[in-house]
Amino acid sequence: MKVLGKCLVLILVLCSAPVKAALDIVITEGVDAARPIVVMPFKWEGQDPMPSQISDVVTSDLARSGTFHPIDTFGLPQKGISGVTEFNTAAWANVSAEAVVMGSIKPYGAGKYLVSFDLIDLVKAQQNPAATKNDLLLDTREAVITQAQFRQYAHRISDIVYEQLTGIKGAFLTRIAYVVVEYGAKFPYRLMIADYDGYNEQMLLRSPEPLMSPSWSPDGRKLAYVSFENKKSEIYIQDIYTQVRTKITSYPSINGAPSFSPDGKKLAITLSKDGQPDIYIVDIATKALTRVTNHYAIDTEARWFPDGKSLLFTSERGGRPQLYRAYLGTGKVSRLTFEGEWNLGGAVMPDGRSIVFVNRTQGKFHIARMDLKTRFMQVLTETRLDESPSIAPNGTMVIYGTTYQGKQVLAAVSMDGRFKARLPMGQGEVKSPSWSPFL
Amino acid sequence: MDLNKLFKAMLVVLPIMAVSACSSTSETETDATSTNGTTSSESAANGVQTGGVAPIVSPEEQQRLKFQELRKENVIYFEFDSSAVSPQFEEILKAHAAYLVEHSNVKVVIEGYTDARGTPEYNIALGERRAKSVTKYLQGMGVLPSQMSIVSYGEEKPADTSRSDAAFAQNRRAILVY
Repeated sequence: MKVLGKCLVLILVLCSAPVKAALDIVITEGVDAARPIVVMPFKWEGQDPMPSQISDVVTSDLARSGTFHPIDTFGLPQKGISGVTEFNTAAWANVSAEAVVMGSIKPYGAGKYLVSFDLIDLVKAQQNPAATKNDLLLDTREAVITQAQFRQYAHRISDIVYEQLTGIKGAFLTRIAYVVVEYGAKFPYRLMIADYDGYNEQMLLRSPEPLMSPSWSPDGRKLAYVSFENKKSEIYIQDIYTQVRTKITSYPSINGAPSFSPDGKKLAITLSKDGQPDIYIVDIATKALTRVTNHYAIDTEARWFPDGKSLLFTSERGGRPQLYRAYLGTGKVSRLTFEGEWNLGGAVMPDGRSIVFVNRTQGKFHIARMDLKTRFMQVLTETRLDESPSIAPNGTMVIYGTTYQGKQVLAAVSMDGRFKARLPMGQGEVKSPSWSPFL
Repeated sequence: MDLNKLFKAMLVVLPIMAVSACSSTSETETDATSTNGTTSSESAANGVQTGGVAPIVSPEEQQRLKFQELRKENVIYFEFDSSAVSPQFEEILKAHAAYLVEHSNVKVVIEGYTDARGTPEYNIALGERRAKSVTKYLQGMGVLPSQMSIVSYGEEKPADTSRSDAAFAQNRRAILVY
């Protein structure tokens, strides 16, 4: 609290009112490869105008997953139906899609709504017209929600549909943290969070000095980041709900690149207090330091492997920045990347079996992925000056910072590189995205 | 002798001398570093030329004045992914070093910056290396380590925010801040 009082120039704001979408997705590649699906407009069973349309959110969720292509609902054989009981199997024989999502929204007492939905297996319906309605039903749910929960419940439906059809947990109920910079403003640097799709954007902190490298705690409650508010780099942890900020390190020289350990008790960080940037681990509760690397070259950008026993980091010890792995038990360090001129800024996939990072080849910076066993590297992006990759908690998508029309913007690419999208913002430069864990 | 006063006096005296000689033009230029020579100015309007004599300044003072001018330059630029101080900035750093050696109570912050290529955290490390390389240079000229501190802003505070090669060259820099 003392720190808070001291920094009057630094303003903490947590807006309670939801802000409209700040990020409008522009899908630049990948619709052709996606699986067709039907998301019917949910049937409104009330007298007053419908407060919000759930199916719009589900449609855009599935589209931006890159896995699905929600087809145009204009020419569908049936309209205004909300459940499998009204589904006429024969009528849908020629619709090219693999599943149908339909549902209804009913007023349910003061300010509450009953939302129900069915997920229908269209492939089965077309292959076996005699199948019972129950056989066609892949999932069915209903829930009572408030008006404020419409978007959240829509994401929940998207998660269920996605998992039913792919076997992979959906990551639609997640958030991203990022930094917005508006040069010339009184507080040019702003730390923001938003729903994964850009809605409900909220400012966590604004400052006259740079803010960098937000990193989520495993419970999705806290962010660690770097702030220059005291004219030097320092590492803070901020609770996104209570706004409580704690200064974790303020050593001489660099305090950078924080990354929460999988158990949430420690941060891997970069400090240069002992002469050159090296990797350290700081215990969040005691602030006790453990040194991980000790090399005259630059070591930075540490990220934990999911088992918490080793760290991925960037090192210049081979002459150029490359990715290395440090084993905490033995102190052993091994080099992981050899392809291209530079490889840096790594992130570890949730299964720990591959890594995503910035690759520089012939002077161009792109996001690449490498399988740790086969060492096969695939460049995923074609955008300019790509940096700061962050992986969705289900491992299907990477969000990263890039340059578009001379400005810093966020972009996303699917793990196979086939789906690409841009997330343009209205004002300022947008950078350092960090995808939250499952919430 | 109070150098600062002398310098200020010269800034005032020289233009007055020149202006009084050719009041019809504003093309008068004063060069504080050429104070041991004569100054002359020409009036395009009436063709007459006037001569004047600058105050006498010792070689040491002349050197100090030159350094004072040089110290107004406080930005050192770097090549891509390099922290080597190129020879063209030697004069500027000499001037800063001379001042810092003479005024051992004066402290300077050396800020390191990079262009936007690479990752933000790697660039923080690179910016620090640039700032350090300037500190080493100054230390080699006798500046005490206790007079210098460094901070790296990496790619976070570009001088030119456009993302072109020309902007990148402007952003790869170290700044000496007193």
